[in-house]
Amino acid sequence: MSLLPILFVLILLTGAVVATLVGLWRAAAAQVVAVVTMAAGLVVAVVGLMTTLREGPIRHEVGGWAPPVGIEYVLDPLSGFVAAVIAFIGLMVAIYPVKAGFDTRPGRGSPLYGLVLLLLTGLAGVILSGDLFHLFVFLEIYAIATYALVAMGGDRGLYASFRYLLIGTAGSGLYLLGVGFIYFSTGSLNMADVATLLPELADSPTIAGALALIVTGLAVKMALFPFHVWLPDAHSYAPPGVAALLAAVQVKAAAYALIRILFDVFGPAYVADLHVTTLLAYFGAGGVVVGSVMAVRVKDIKRLLAYSTVAQLGFIGMGIGMATPLALVGALFHVLNHAIMKSALFLVAGGVLAQTGIKEISRYAGMWRRMPWTMAGFGIAALAMIGIPPTAGFFSKWYLFRGSLETGQWVLTVVIITSTLLTLGYFLRLFEQIFTQEPAEEAVEQAREPEARVVGPVAVLAGALLVFGLGNAVVITQVLDPIAQRLLG
Amino acid sequence: MPELFLDRYVYLFVLVLLAIGLYGMLAKRNLVQKIIGLTIFTTAIYLFFIEGSVKDGASAPVIDPALGPTVDAADYVDPLPHLLILTAIVVGVGIVGVALAMVVRIYRIHGTLDEDELVRRMSAPKAEVGAPGDTPGADRPDDDGTAADDGDGQSPDDERGGER
Repeated sequence: MSLLPILFVLILLTGAVVATLVGLWRAAAAQVVAVVTMAAGLVVAVVGLMTTLREGPIRHEVGGWAPPVGIEYVLDPLSGFVAAVIAFIGLMVAIYPVKAGFDTRPGRGSPLYGLVLLLLTGLAGVILSGDLFHLFVFLEIYAIATYALVAMGGDRGLYASFRYLLIGTAGSGLYLLGVGFIYFSTGSLNMADVATLLPELADSPTIAGALALIVTGLAVKMALFPFHVWLPDAHSYAPPGVAALLAAVQVKAAAYALIRILFDVFGPAYVADLHVTTLLAYFGAGGVVVGSVMAVRVKDIKRLLAYSTVAQLGFIGMGIGMATPLALVGALFHVLNHAIMKSALFLVAGGVLAQTGIKEISRYAGMWRRMPWTMAGFGIAALAMIGIPPTAGFFSKWYLFRGSLETGQWVLTVVIITSTLLTLGYFLRLFEQIFTQEPAEEAVEQAREPEARVVGPVAVLAGALLVFGLGNAVVITQVLDPIAQRLLG
Repeated sequence: MPELFLDRYVYLFVLVLLAIGLYGMLAKRNLVQKIIGLTIFTTAIYLFFIEGSVKDGASAPVIDPALGPTVDAADYVDPLPHLLILTAIVVGVGIVGVALAMVVRIYRIHGTLDEDELVRRMSAPKAEVGAPGDTPGADRPDDDGTAADDGDGQSPDDERGGER
């Protein structure tokens, strides 16, 4: 028994409590605590990923109660990978300055970083938990922290957060109901145990019902089309730093839970039998189309990024739905890439907002002349969104594309290509304003490069996109391919 | 066929409650009524778990020597669902608490809890919503609403100013 699986959650939870308490004394100290916590979390996550790749799954029984009676935490390559992504993005957001990140100067005692760390704790719990009900509790923990953080985005953010709360709670309610179906059929809540018990009950309509409820519930949480309605408002009205966290990692936790439960608990054969994966693939494609088309039409940059998140989550849904190793590798790689590029874009938008107060795309004219470094980072992230090699964004789409050819679902192939063109369309508008035009406005004319704590994280993220793009073979053969083989094998 | 339903009437009841809750959340225009819908929805789920643990002729899950020297699981009600639901209720209380806090805040800013009215105000372009003397379009003809806006508009605005 190793402590490694639970250590990540414990570090973040301790950090959340300490940051809240320290925040009572001095607001700036809370940020220091957050940075230290996330740095420690990143180290633990990376060490955990390395260890589990070498030695296989590591399990921790909470309180020494053996599963299936006790709750267990499982660290396997898949959870280690997602945990590392979360820790990396969390660290970048923690370094980012308070004023630009949260669009507010928090008073003493405002539990800003406490909430951020609580959100990350919830995500970590979802990822490492090996128990279906335990996962539900963590779903709600991160959800409550999210509602509070989104509500910081002024009165529109408040209302968006309220609507998100209603939809999100209904989603996790459906998940809980599905878990109830499983418990009353199998008598167990431990994922590994349920996975061994389910094949005997394959014909039971209760299990099919459980699958439907769980998939619907998690699709709501993940904002998969047509349940994406809460996402554009919540992400565009949330403060930039929060939006970066939500788009980059928060929705991915639900995607992770979906992958875990579909392939590890129910098993790929059973899921494919009931056409759940096919449905997921086509709903994902619907999300890609709807998100891309809406993103072309909006005027506000954060709203554009929010709709683009809907589209990119559609890609992940498609990858899960195609359920072939190639497509699943694409989906998992896209989880990483989208986390990096979308957080970079939101952090740039936040930096611009703090420097100039500009949110509208049409007013970005000439930004390149005043903030070359920030806009260079923006350019790289946007190229990755479109999928231009050698950025990492190209390779995840390439794997998804090959997956769609392999399964012969030509509709999906068409969707992938079309959406690339649409993405090009909506970023071209921004490129034209930023890089080709002269500054047209006083606010841009006066603007200067944001401080190093804005440029730093953006530069690291943009660099990571190039590193993961050029080194994609290493990530895929060493980490993602074994994960996909194990899940589908 | 009727027996099938009579045996499972509790589940039907749960289903009806789920539908009522969902209807309340989606169709009601008042935000507090939406929260009530949410509460009904989650309560239906709790009820489902509790009903699932019921066994005829079984006692509370405390091992009782009077039931014989050997412990037989059939003599006891399954305690785990109760435990799960206790946890879920605590989570649910947290969610409802957050929701109510938001509703209080929305009411302080806008002076209304009507969804249509809120959406109409927020879609007004460029308006600093909640500022005294809102956009002309947001002024409602009925005296009640505007009076509440004007009376309430001042203090929350100061509050927000402090926060920004």
